[in-house]
Amino acid sequence: MGHTVLLLGVLITIFPFYWMFVMASNTTGDIFAYPPKLIPGPHLWENMNKVFDGIDFWGSMGITVVAATAVTFLVLLFDSLAAFAFAKYDFPGRRVLFWIVLATFMIPMQLALVPQFVTLAWLGWVGSLKALIIPGAANAFGIFWMRQYAQGAIADELIQASRVDGAGFFRQWWTVGLPVLRPGLAFLGIFTFFHIWNDYLWPLIVMTDPGKVTLQVAVQQLNGIYTTDQSMVIAGALMSVIPLIGVFLIGSRHFIANLAAGAMKF
Amino acid sequence: MGRADALRGKTVERRGSAAKPPPDGSKPLPGWRRYWPMYTAVSPFFILFAVFGIFPVGFSIYLSFMSWDGIGETQSIGWENYAYLVTDSDFWQSIGNTLIIWLLSTAPMIFLALVIAYALHTAVRFKAFYRVAYFAPNITSIVAMTLVLGSIFSDSSGLFNSALRAINAGEVGWLSDPWAMKVSVAAITTWRWVGYNAIICLAGLQAISSDVFEAAKVDGANSRQTFFRITIPMLRPVILFVAVTSTIGGLQLFTEPQVLFPVDDNGNVGGPGGEATTIVLYLYQQAFIFNRFGYGAAVGWALFLLIAVFSVINWRLIGGRDEDTIGTGKRKGKSRAR
Repeated sequence: MGHTVLLLGVLITIFPFYWMFVMASNTTGDIFAYPPKLIPGPHLWENMNKVFDGIDFWGSMGITVVAATAVTFLVLLFDSLAAFAFAKYDFPGRRVLFWIVLATFMIPMQLALVPQFVTLAWLGWVGSLKALIIPGAANAFGIFWMRQYAQGAIADELIQASRVDGAGFFRQWWTVGLPVLRPGLAFLGIFTFFHIWNDYLWPLIVMTDPGKVTLQVAVQQLNGIYTTDQSMVIAGALMSVIPLIGVFLIGSRHFIANLAAGAMKF
Repeated sequence: MGRADALRGKTVERRGSAAKPPPDGSKPLPGWRRYWPMYTAVSPFFILFAVFGIFPVGFSIYLSFMSWDGIGETQSIGWENYAYLVTDSDFWQSIGNTLIIWLLSTAPMIFLALVIAYALHTAVRFKAFYRVAYFAPNITSIVAMTLVLGSIFSDSSGLFNSALRAINAGEVGWLSDPWAMKVSVAAITTWRWVGYNAIICLAGLQAISSDVFEAAKVDGANSRQTFFRITIPMLRPVILFVAVTSTIGGLQLFTEPQVLFPVDDNGNVGGPGGEATTIVLYLYQQAFIFNRFGYGAAVGWALFLLIAVFSVINWRLIGGRDEDTIGTGKRKGKSRAR
């Protein structure tokens, strides 16, 4: 009985992915005919070419890749530094500061959407990559999660030995902390990358130049302009998720295990 | 393995923060010179939070008492934004829509997640495959998948209506009928999050000792009894975690309704009659389509209030579990006293 449930569930879960491919490889007419075509067709290439004509696909891809990569790098750097300090060192105000980090978790940032935009406008960052990268360069979730990880993973003796060798804080972070934290960093990295790649509301607001947007916004633009050609729109959608599916299939096992572990820590 | 990590994390913490810089015989440095690296290490977060968190939040209080289109002069109008908010039927409609969609998605989602987690827990084969498959919706882009599901729900000749037609069941206005629209948005949200929550519940299940299940078996409980009488009660904390995160996420729903019902030329959002306009979507419309920045800030505060109320309810429900939650203060105090 368990197996029937699981199989049925998987079919429902997976079907939209299959259907995405069916739509992207058929003409809109075939899909919305009655009865509709239910198997992949020969029009994938044609639909993809229409996407390239409709939007600046590679430009948007470039913006998305640069933003996601830069944020991921900065988050790993800043969050691991902060987490290492919070987990393994005592300094005046540590508890209060960490409490503040946790408190920021609880504030829904949509509350400040308008003034955040205004702040960016004052900085002159609206429409530029900085708007996508800088505000998210360090986050509370990553610091909290890495701190939990560091507490369990880094042996105090190693830090002590490194200190005896004359290493300062940053050296200890680099030589003792980072190597041990690598699996945790891998998870946080993938998580951050996905998050930025899929983010929609923020880029929609701050990337005000219609010719310079992230992939998600570009695909939605495609939908707004070419509503009638759904196959072509879905081809664009398919092209926007293929890199993600690739990354996910490579890192999925590790990623899922860590995610579940993270939730159990609450 | 993940669970082991989690446990290790906890035990270490219980013992108190073990690794203060140990007295290693070297001469103590004066405070600032000793601690500046740690402060430097934690400073990026606090600087960014000050600039893109605290300042905007404070500024939004000021803005909510202003009339401003984002370009011209700001004009102080006192409580007018809030006075308007209370009587704004579109705003109340967006709150109603958000709560209905949240209920329509969260309840079935938690139930399905539990069933799937339970089945995964007892499954023998293909476990790894199932986990990846169930998790996949959560990592793929919301925009792309909403477009796909949106065309399945399409009124005229989407897959759903074609299937209904094939069995002569009549068609449903999935994207035009007030209730069906909310069901569509809720279905997309459920599809996206059910696997994620199932994985979380699975981790909770695996933490329950197998002795409990064996004892139940010895006592002759069937699998349904075991599920409702043992599994669910023992999973209470995990279920609450899922409920809390689903609530916070659900109240901030934006992308699904925004993509499913694109903004029209007059700036209308949320489809026919605005029946799928959520609070954040309404905020987006007021502030970024109609350029009512002051009013948008006021709507932001209303959203904050709503989330705060729901959070308090959630914390109440969790009550007594603060041992295991993230508040570190108490625990530290205890271990020091020991």
